[in-house]
Amino acid sequence: MAAATALDSLPAPLRSLRLKTKQQELLLRVSALALIYVLAFVVRLFSVLRYESMIHEFDPYFNYRTTLFLSDHGFSEFWNWFDFESWYPLGRVVGGTLFPGLMVTAALLHRLLRALSLAVHIREVCVLTAPFFAANTTLVAYAFGREIWDSGAGLVAAALIAVCPGYISRSVAGSYDNEGVAIFALLLTFYLFVRAVNTGSLAWSLASAFGYFYMVSAWGGYVFIINLLPLYVLVLLVTGRYSQRLYVAYNSTYVLGMLLAMQIRFVGFQHVQSGEHMAAMGVFFLLQVFFFLDWVKYLLNDAKLFKSFLRITLTCVITVGTLALGIGTASGYISPWTGRFYSLLDPTYAKDHIPIIASVSEHQPTAWSSFMFDFHILLFLFPAGLYFCFKRLSDATIFIVMYGLTSMYFAGVMVRLILVAAPAVCLISAIAASATIKNLTTLIRTKSKSPQTVSGKSSGSKAAAKGAVDQSLPFQQNVAIALLLGAFYLLSRYAVHCTWVTSEAYSSPSIVLAARGHNGGRVIFDDYREAYYWLRQNTPSDAKIMSWWDYGYQITAMGNRTVIVDNNTWNNTHIATVGRAMSSYEDEAYEIMQSLDVNYVLVVFGGVTGYSSDDINKFLWMVRIGGGVFPVIKEPDYLVNGEYRVDKGAAPKMLNCLMYKLCYYRFGELTTEYGKPPGYDRVRGVEIGNKDIKLEYLEEAFTTSNWIVRIYKVKPPKNRS
Amino acid sequence: MAAPRHHHLALAVALALLVVTAAAADEGGPRGRRVLVLVDDLAVRSSHSAFFASLQGRGFDLDFRLADDPKLSLHRYGQYLYDGLVLFAPSTPRFGGSVDQNSILEFIDAGHDMILAADSSASDLIRGIATECGVDFDEDPEAMVIDHINYAATDAEGDHTLIAGDDLIQSDVILGSKKIEAPVLFRGIGHAVNPSNSLVLKVLSASPSAYSANPKSKLASPPSLTGSAISLVSVMQARNNARVLISGSLDLFSNRFLKSGVQKAGSKIRHEKAGNEQFVTETSKWVFHERGHLKAVNVKHNKVGETNEPGMYRINDDLEYSVEIYEWSGTSWKPYVADDVQVQFYMMSPYVLKKLSTDKKGVFSTSFKVPDVYGVFQFKVEYQRLGYTGLSLSKQIPVRPYRHNEYERFITSAYPYYVASFSTMGAFFIFSFVYLYHK
Repeated sequence: MAAATALDSLPAPLRSLRLKTKQQELLLRVSALALIYVLAFVVRLFSVLRYESMIHEFDPYFNYRTTLFLSDHGFSEFWNWFDFESWYPLGRVVGGTLFPGLMVTAALLHRLLRALSLAVHIREVCVLTAPFFAANTTLVAYAFGREIWDSGAGLVAAALIAVCPGYISRSVAGSYDNEGVAIFALLLTFYLFVRAVNTGSLAWSLASAFGYFYMVSAWGGYVFIINLLPLYVLVLLVTGRYSQRLYVAYNSTYVLGMLLAMQIRFVGFQHVQSGEHMAAMGVFFLLQVFFFLDWVKYLLNDAKLFKSFLRITLTCVITVGTLALGIGTASGYISPWTGRFYSLLDPTYAKDHIPIIASVSEHQPTAWSSFMFDFHILLFLFPAGLYFCFKRLSDATIFIVMYGLTSMYFAGVMVRLILVAAPAVCLISAIAASATIKNLTTLIRTKSKSPQTVSGKSSGSKAAAKGAVDQSLPFQQNVAIALLLGAFYLLSRYAVHCTWVTSEAYSSPSIVLAARGHNGGRVIFDDYREAYYWLRQNTPSDAKIMSWWDYGYQITAMGNRTVIVDNNTWNNTHIATVGRAMSSYEDEAYEIMQSLDVNYVLVVFGGVTGYSSDDINKFLWMVRIGGGVFPVIKEPDYLVNGEYRVDKGAAPKMLNCLMYKLCYYRFGELTTEYGKPPGYDRVRGVEIGNKDIKLEYLEEAFTTSNWIVRIYKVKPPKNRS
Repeated sequence: MAAPRHHHLALAVALALLVVTAAAADEGGPRGRRVLVLVDDLAVRSSHSAFFASLQGRGFDLDFRLADDPKLSLHRYGQYLYDGLVLFAPSTPRFGGSVDQNSILEFIDAGHDMILAADSSASDLIRGIATECGVDFDEDPEAMVIDHINYAATDAEGDHTLIAGDDLIQSDVILGSKKIEAPVLFRGIGHAVNPSNSLVLKVLSASPSAYSANPKSKLASPPSLTGSAISLVSVMQARNNARVLISGSLDLFSNRFLKSGVQKAGSKIRHEKAGNEQFVTETSKWVFHERGHLKAVNVKHNKVGETNEPGMYRINDDLEYSVEIYEWSGTSWKPYVADDVQVQFYMMSPYVLKKLSTDKKGVFSTSFKVPDVYGVFQFKVEYQRLGYTGLSLSKQIPVRPYRHNEYERFITSAYPYYVASFSTMGAFFIFSFVYLYHK
């Protein structure tokens, strides 16, 4: 590589130092990498130190529960697990509707630790899985960076990705979610594929296929890979960079990866049957045609004859391809694109058609501020990196450019996809940072040494440009030093920013809430767990709990009770039924609850503490989702002049719907803030409009100490009427 | 506030359940025999002695108390002292001791039975209790039921408030298998059954010519209650199977009415004895669960060919379901015989609805195939028949899909694919071999 050639061309007296420098360099590189590895792990531990070793958020609780099941009952039971505690009364075929990669990984790690006589609880393994894999990702990033640029860029990439907030947001300790291992798998697959393209080796393609298999087993984001790879191949074909290496790499990766991916139950035959995967198959066939034409061209050795042959073949191929796709789509064999996929291509699609996707905050389009928040200086380094990549185009840099551009687009569409963009942004930025610093240091070092070595050291356009600079700038060494210092300042700011973001924004478990008290001390609201443990201890073991789907996973995992709907939003009608119950009057809701055998209703209410992501703020989504299936629920009924309010001016239906009653029951008696009337809602900042709430069919069963979770018991039918 | 009462109620229910199960366990009847009789005048004890004697003769232990007895209490230390209540205190404005309208209703909601009789002097308290049980007495305090056609002949000269009622409910369970031939004498106030309450039944209805008005004054406006909408005696069976009988006439239970003869106006037939004795005896038997009480025990289900009850079924399993149903005959549990008991295999709607066949020894059973749908199902038996206690059994059972290794392993129609793949592999191997080593 560049460094090696530079060393080779050193003058003879320096050669004696060569081995030593190389060793030094290796030592430096390994220790830097080791430090980065440790850093990546350690920086993600804020939440463990600050709270305790616990699972965060919502989805991780499901993953934790399934991992527990896996480690308790073994793989076969897990694979066939029919969970009757969720989605009552439909149940959920868990084994066939999840990506098992994460659970299997954690269970294997757990078993490995047990085999090493380290008696750790499976929960600790789950909590630390994401940081562990984030640390591994830095290694992959290093290798990837070395593959596309040089080892210096690799090191910088590893360092950048180790603390990149966009990635940390999904991989702190306790964030036991698919993405934790999936980003590792994603980057590994890409790295192995680029490696396979660069070498044309079957072994690397095979490795890439297995990387893809792991990715498929871990996260639905694999669709990104299966579409990016064919796009990349297509671009190489168009730009005339087709090679045997590419042919071997893509075909073997695709075929093997597809066959392996089919082993995941949740994915099944999608690779041959779903619209999202058709691009990969199309490019696969295109490559064969390309190869065939190449061969025929070689055999014919006659331009004119080949041209007519080309025309016939192309016509045939396009006809057959279009026919196959048309018939497949028309007959329903090939399923159309899913709503999620559409909403990626058209960001307004979900808002108009699928409220359940639009209702999730992490599916919202990204704000500029969050780009800045998650990437910091990388945002500026990214275009610079692209510039460097274009300056030195190769198969590998084309790949990283495409990865960077497409993922940046997706990151703009959905907040959560910043995560996918993070590795690409880090790699490209690393190229920019590394190349710039290298250039600057070269300048400084060459000035201090003899000017002759400059021409020998670099080659091509860069050297020429530098040579020109050399002559035109008299203070270039000082400028270079200043620039270098500036770069170090920026990078250190980046490190400071990342640490601050990790500590402040991304290390909150969200199941335990923290706030600053009057005297500046930390106040902990542990209401969620209080409520879930109450359910666990005080309700019959077959009780059915109705709540909005956000809390479903937590109730089943921590409360160990059956829920009607949960975060696996596979059945829109069932969720809409719950939404309808929540937005109906009490007597109508009672009928719905009776038909679903609901025993308890759980609502989350932030009016006392000022916790803003509560059910009243989510309520309009319940109305929309409920109204999407049951037209009796109409959104305008809950609004006044298009305005959503809960005070005296609120719509009458709003003031009397079940959700309002359950949230504000007895709230009218409570003074929440000094100097405000009783019943003052601290989230909405208003005095509530219905203080005299009577419940007829439900009774309050439990309210947590800060009123965040309120549980109501559904009364049996009246005994005497 | 609400919490202690809630606890209290839960405790009471739990205790009541305990009592009921304990009673059922020792092969006893469904109800205990301690009955509190509340009267507003101890004279009632002698004027209605025949009725009380019939109760005592059937083994009931009657405790006569004045309704305003200051030491009156229905329960002590969280346990109910009585299993039934006879409320013959129509005019009492309030009960003594700790008893009030709510405690009477709680007594019923805890699974106890009551006979309530009112008359034209009925107080607001009694009316309130009746209203809570789904029965609305005529609001006019002076009103009585008048019938100028179906009155008793002995009342020919009077104001026709002594009614000879014979519009009885068609139910052997409530009124006994022996038909009540003679009309039932009734003098008192009429009531209407709350139409939104599906649990109340009119046992003795007034004739179409009856109306409810003040007999002493001239009818100024059309009476609010007329015709057969007027119920004279109603029963209510609550969801927890507590039974309540409400009569608008206290005299209906009196010795005088029980013993007297009756002749309906315009009818030639004179009965030596009014139907009252049989009526009050049979209805009180029903109210105190000496008849028409069903119990279901030993709900069992299993796969065909197995005996153990599984925790989960698989789709398309064949299963057997059985339940034993017994009826209390007043002295012992007898096998219940009927051909209309149905079981549902239910998940939001019944996927299977089948009649259970009985072996006449109390065992009802059937077998069916689990539908090809997975989910959390319930075995449901909802058996509600006129007069009988409701049976409402439900047992949750999940149904899972096939496991990955429960599908057919080798399918005949797939053999071409097996052949294709293996022949391709073989051919590829031979090809490689030939290509590499055959020069």
